Amino acid sequence: MNNLLEINNLSVDFPSRRGQVTAVNKVSISVAKGEVLGLVGESGAGKSTVGNSVINLLEPPGYISGGEIIFDGTRIDQMSNEEMRKIRGAKIGTIFQDPQTSLNPLMTIGKQLSETLVETLKISGSSARQKSVELLDSVGIPNPVQRLNAYPHQFSGGMRQRVVIALALAGDPDLVIADEPTTALDVSIQKQILDLIKSLCKQRNLGVIIVTHDIGVIAEIADRVAVMYNGQLVEEGKVKQVLQKPKHEYTKSLISAVPSGDQKLDRFTVVDYIDGSEEKVTLTNVSEHWLSQNKSSQTHNTAITVKNLSIEFSIKQALLRKNRLVLKAVDDVSIDIQTGESFGLVGESGSGKSTLARLIAGLYTPKSGDINIFGHDVLQRSQKAKTSLIRRKMQMIFQDPYSSLNSRMTVEDIVSEPIRFHRSTANSNETSKVVKDLIAFVGMPISSIKKYPHEFSGGQRQRISIARALASRPEILICDEPTSALDVSVQANILNLLKDLQEELSLTMLFISHDLPVIRQMCDRVAVMQNGKICEIAETDKLFDHPEHEYSKHLLGLMPRMDLFRL
Amino acid sequence: MVKSNQTRSRWQRFLDNDIVYSFFTTPGAIIAASITLIAITATFAAPLIAPYNPFDPAQISLWDGKLPPAWTDGGSSAYLLGTDNQGRDMLSTILYGGRISILVGIAAVFLGMLLGVTLGVISGYFGGLTDTIIMRIADVQLTIPGILVAILINGIGRAALPLELREEFAIYVVIVAIGLTDWPQFARVARGATLVEAEKEYVQAAKLIGLPKFTIILRHILPNTLRPVLVIATIGLALAIIAEATLSFLGQGIPPTTPSLGTLIRVGNEFLFSGLWWITFFPAIALIILVFSVNLLGDWMRDALNPKLR
Repeated sequence: MNNLLEINNLSVDFPSRRGQVTAVNKVSISVAKGEVLGLVGESGAGKSTVGNSVINLLEPPGYISGGEIIFDGTRIDQMSNEEMRKIRGAKIGTIFQDPQTSLNPLMTIGKQLSETLVETLKISGSSARQKSVELLDSVGIPNPVQRLNAYPHQFSGGMRQRVVIALALAGDPDLVIADEPTTALDVSIQKQILDLIKSLCKQRNLGVIIVTHDIGVIAEIADRVAVMYNGQLVEEGKVKQVLQKPKHEYTKSLISAVPSGDQKLDRFTVVDYIDGSEEKVTLTNVSEHWLSQNKSSQTHNTAITVKNLSIEFSIKQALLRKNRLVLKAVDDVSIDIQTGESFGLVGESGSGKSTLARLIAGLYTPKSGDINIFGHDVLQRSQKAKTSLIRRKMQMIFQDPYSSLNSRMTVEDIVSEPIRFHRSTANSNETSKVVKDLIAFVGMPISSIKKYPHEFSGGQRQRISIARALASRPEILICDEPTSALDVSVQANILNLLKDLQEELSLTMLFISHDLPVIRQMCDRVAVMQNGKICEIAETDKLFDHPEHEYSKHLLGLMPRMDLFRL
Repeated sequence: MVKSNQTRSRWQRFLDNDIVYSFFTTPGAIIAASITLIAITATFAAPLIAPYNPFDPAQISLWDGKLPPAWTDGGSSAYLLGTDNQGRDMLSTILYGGRISILVGIAAVFLGMLLGVTLGVISGYFGGLTDTIIMRIADVQLTIPGILVAILINGIGRAALPLELREEFAIYVVIVAIGLTDWPQFARVARGATLVEAEKEYVQAAKLIGLPKFTIILRHILPNTLRPVLVIATIGLALAIIAEATLSFLGQGIPPTTPSLGTLIRVGNEFLFSGLWWITFFPAIALIILVFSVNLLGDWMRDALNPKLR
């Protein structure tokens, strides 16, 4: 038996009231022992469905409509739930995406491990305990004996994912399926987890399937890669070969859409395979358009000045001061952002970058410090009218395209709300003309204005958000991870749009991201944040080529090295 | 995937809606909705379809009193479900009585919803001391059985009215009593939904536009909290109808001159041991069917509107 797992012509259908949806269409892949197979594709490609059908955990109403799955010489796609349950525990281990939800918060780690061990290996409680210690040790958890009695919330995200891996290995499986194992983790932890999976695979001679949307992950860990698009397998082969010399058009564009961290390009490479060609949208005469009127006459060199800004969130409330626990989300931060500049803010989750953005936007009130926008102190209590006038010049693009639009309003209502509220047009005819212009400007068809947000994809919604922000005629645009919820191909389009806008409307931009390559492409200057403090502020090129602060060096070192594979 | 949205009419879009679809594929929901609809239409069309007008003394004859249903011994074909002690046709009385029950139920739920949703949304959006005060009042009220609160409010309301107006205004007093009993449920649900919505980014975007708080609440938050409120309102309607029936049964509610279903059951109850079972039986059955179907409808709605189950 050569291959551990063989999937032949697998098709999975999801019957729905609007007809059959074929999520997986005649996919054939195989994994050998000691091999890591990467299964890559964008959202909706059907990659997770392949993984789920192997372990017979397809979400109803989905079912396998054709093909066969052969594991270790036996056909498993037609097995009953009962038979499958035995294989799932002992022969096939699974690692899920979110370590927060894949462990039972009410049981200690030790209990969860030994429960699985007793069930799958039929061993006694005491030897299960012994084995648990070994397992925790093998996934790199320090002090495994003491940690057995800890609850999941006492572990950090990365450690928790290690425990999940230990659980997957508990039954001593031959095959491990990891579905986006590092998507919920920070970059610094991502690398450790991937290294762990890879070394376990070699040590134990495991077959591993890694399902991911991130080509960087594939480059890091996989031996072979299978690329899926729209339910079909478009390309398969050795990682080096596929990433360096992709044969299929889709693979080519997918790889080129990943922003590169090593040099600054003019525009992002657009995946034309998916969305069709993207034209650069220009309003015929931006300088005379409604959008450009009402610019502030006074010109300030600095758009935003932040001085010694701090905010605390209380984690534990108590009557006595010494018992209170506060988190300093933003701690004594000072930055200057020049007018017309694109300023990046980078850091891992929890570093306080989003909080800083919301402080500047006025959504939070700081504990101490000053914020000046175009030379006006927005925190002072007097001159409220002027403050609100200045605040209006600052708009924000949010991270989650699904919650940033009111689902009960049409696109027209959403985009026209700021215009109508500020009475910034002469009459309703002009309003509707401006709304149409804005919609066209962000690259959406005019017919969208009568529709509701749920009729659009994530990328399209983000375009609508941008149109809404523009409707206030901002001079400062704050983008809080505007593309982290989107696929790479869509990301390239949105980032290009933001770049064009900035250029044509000469906006000042505060761009927040955890994604270093994106920052490099978008920003003139960058601030690196860690634990609420700014570590380093530098010109983008200088930071990427010669980082000074230790943490900046550390972050840059974790950037996925796609360039190794690029020719 | 349906792509040509522009060409579809409003009606087609309506039919395409997931909730409408769920309705037409759930037999229980269709049956419950049909019964509810028939009950509401029949009771509101009572002056047109009822064989007699039970409030018109000219049509009532004491000679015809206490007649059993038409199909039993001694029954008269003129009175299908028999007559009560005063000679009123039971079928007509149930239709007229059901109308009052449903009216009181709907009005009380509206009052409770208005009060509860307003307070709940304010409580959830502003938080802090406002939230604490409103929700503690709601908590205190919830510790006392609803029907006792309703009896209390009802009693105060009656005592406050001059004697000659009590009968006339009894129905309004009952509505206020039940509405004031209901509001904590609505407040809790609306507050929960508001807490979720207020965190969402579209609300923050609205703040950045500079919209005043009141506009944000009214245009952005309120419409998005209505789904769970609608579910509570439907189930609340069934409870309000029962509450009215209970009050009336206890003699605290609608007076016998304009009887509701509850009043009819109470009046009939006095004759139960004399063997005149039909006076209490048929209004009770009508009440059960009405409440049951409204409840089923609420159950279906809860499932259909719950995004977690879809």
